[in-house]
Amino acid sequence: MTMHKIRCGFLPLVDAAPLIIARELNFARDEGVDLRLVKQPSWAALRDLLALGQIDAAHMLSPMPIAMTLGKSGLPTQVDALMVLSVNGTVVGVSNSLARDMQTAGWDADFTRPAEAAKALFATGRDPIRIGTPFPFSMHRMLLEHWLSEHRAFHSDRVEIVTVPPPRMAAAMAEGTLDMFCVGEPWGTAAVQQGVAELVLPGSAIWQFAPEKVLGATRAWIDANPDACRRLMRAIYRATCWLDQPQNKPLAVELLARSQHIDLPHEAIDPAIFGQIVPRKGAAPTQPPHFLFFNDNAGNFPWRSQGAWIGERIAAWTGHDLKDAVARGSACFRSDLFRENLAPLGVDMPGASAKIEGALRHPTAVASTKGEMILGPDAFFDGKIFDFSAPE
Amino acid sequence: MDTTLKILVVEPDAMRAQDIIDALKDAGWSSVYVVAEISALAKKLTQIDPDIVLIDLAHPDRDTLEHIGHISHAQSRPVAMFVDRSDSDLTQAAISAGLSAYVVDGLQKNRIKPVLETAIARFKMIEQMRLELNAAKQALTDRKTIDRAKGLLMTARGIDEERAYTLLRKTAMDQGRKVIDVAQALVTAADLLG
Repeated sequence: MTMHKIRCGFLPLVDAAPLIIARELNFARDEGVDLRLVKQPSWAALRDLLALGQIDAAHMLSPMPIAMTLGKSGLPTQVDALMVLSVNGTVVGVSNSLARDMQTAGWDADFTRPAEAAKALFATGRDPIRIGTPFPFSMHRMLLEHWLSEHRAFHSDRVEIVTVPPPRMAAAMAEGTLDMFCVGEPWGTAAVQQGVAELVLPGSAIWQFAPEKVLGATRAWIDANPDACRRLMRAIYRATCWLDQPQNKPLAVELLARSQHIDLPHEAIDPAIFGQIVPRKGAAPTQPPHFLFFNDNAGNFPWRSQGAWIGERIAAWTGHDLKDAVARGSACFRSDLFRENLAPLGVDMPGASAKIEGALRHPTAVASTKGEMILGPDAFFDGKIFDFSAPE
Repeated sequence: MDTTLKILVVEPDAMRAQDIIDALKDAGWSSVYVVAEISALAKKLTQIDPDIVLIDLAHPDRDTLEHIGHISHAQSRPVAMFVDRSDSDLTQAAISAGLSAYVVDGLQKNRIKPVLETAIARFKMIEQMRLELNAAKQALTDRKTIDRAKGLLMTARGIDEERAYTLLRKTAMDQGRKVIDVAQALVTAADLLG
């Protein structure tokens, strides 16, 4: 079998697991892919290498392909999301002093109640609240804004969202340059273990089914390499199935902790993989539902409506034409390729390629090719729904 | 050549920063500034209002720089990374030298190019020196490890230095490993056994 050499960029985060596992456990090799993982120091560096063809594919924040396609981030380049790599997995944390103030303001330190947390946050009187996120175009920023802007005390001057590379989030908290952060694991847990932050919410408490990372590639590469692209998707799909099996989690932690991948001790990686989050130093772990998963509930399926939702947010930030952003955003999420490349593997496919985002409050059976599909809840904490197929 | 451009270099290593500044100043640009701390970046951007920002391609603070570019209220914002698809030689040279440049929107290419070429040349030289220094350091460390391993063998087996080295080399060849790896394993084992 000829091997397809594929260079794939990633950042050292727990949710790069599908790529790392695909390589380490030979899912890639079995599909005829020589998967070269290239660790990157920043999202900007990863984006530029992808746009310039120095890497073929990448672990990306879900808004990045759309931001690149719309010309809002780096070189304007048509980039597609071939599949969703991970759902949820982020945490919101506050500095120790802000946590104390929030408790004085009546917050009961419950890890699952966004509305109450927002109320206490604004009641502390901090102005502005400085919040760190990993990148201007990130799901973290979208979740934060959705959460905070709902509150009546919210005003755009009350919060200042800044970009801080995830590995530095804890230090920025300790120095006092940040009051709060929204970051992917293991960096929230790392901040707790260093005693500089308390976690107030998992991202999944804001939106129960947020596409967090995607497998991105330029449309030019996808079109020129259909066979390599199919094999890559199949290898990574199989890695995500493996990752969601409970008995595989200890080995997953072991592989991820290796120095060439994430390079942090096991204790920092365990919580996200096992979904056992310790919100403050010395506290008992809690198990927020749907904290982070890779494959369950059709998690990998790149829903057109997810792309549309992201496109709408980017239009709101950048002043891009809303209709165009929604149309091109939804086109970036390649549910067509997902069907074409993974159906032969026997993967159950949903009947539709778009859904009403936020409509499912409970696990719900939906029409699918094999009739076995149950979608997980995807509700927003405030009950908002987004129907992009609805006439305006 | 246009030497009135204001250039800001983001570089935490003082010596390296000075090196790049010198290269640019020697080539005729007089308005060259440096910022070492990312926390000071936003203020510096507003103060200086640079036309070009030069930063290591692999610098983790690039994400922060981009964010500031997006929200900054300065009149001219260095928002876009300079990459010119029509000049792929320059782009490739910048990438292989590990340099990224952010430029004010609309700045003409012919004004940017000489700055980039100067910076690329200097970045390359610094990288070359760093590689050589690392190689020299590594060679020295390896030398020490091999000497220690030889010493261990000489004591344990009562052999001379030459035979100790031959033994190390033969073991390495038999196992298809490097001499330094065998030596390292021996030293580690000796340390563990106390």
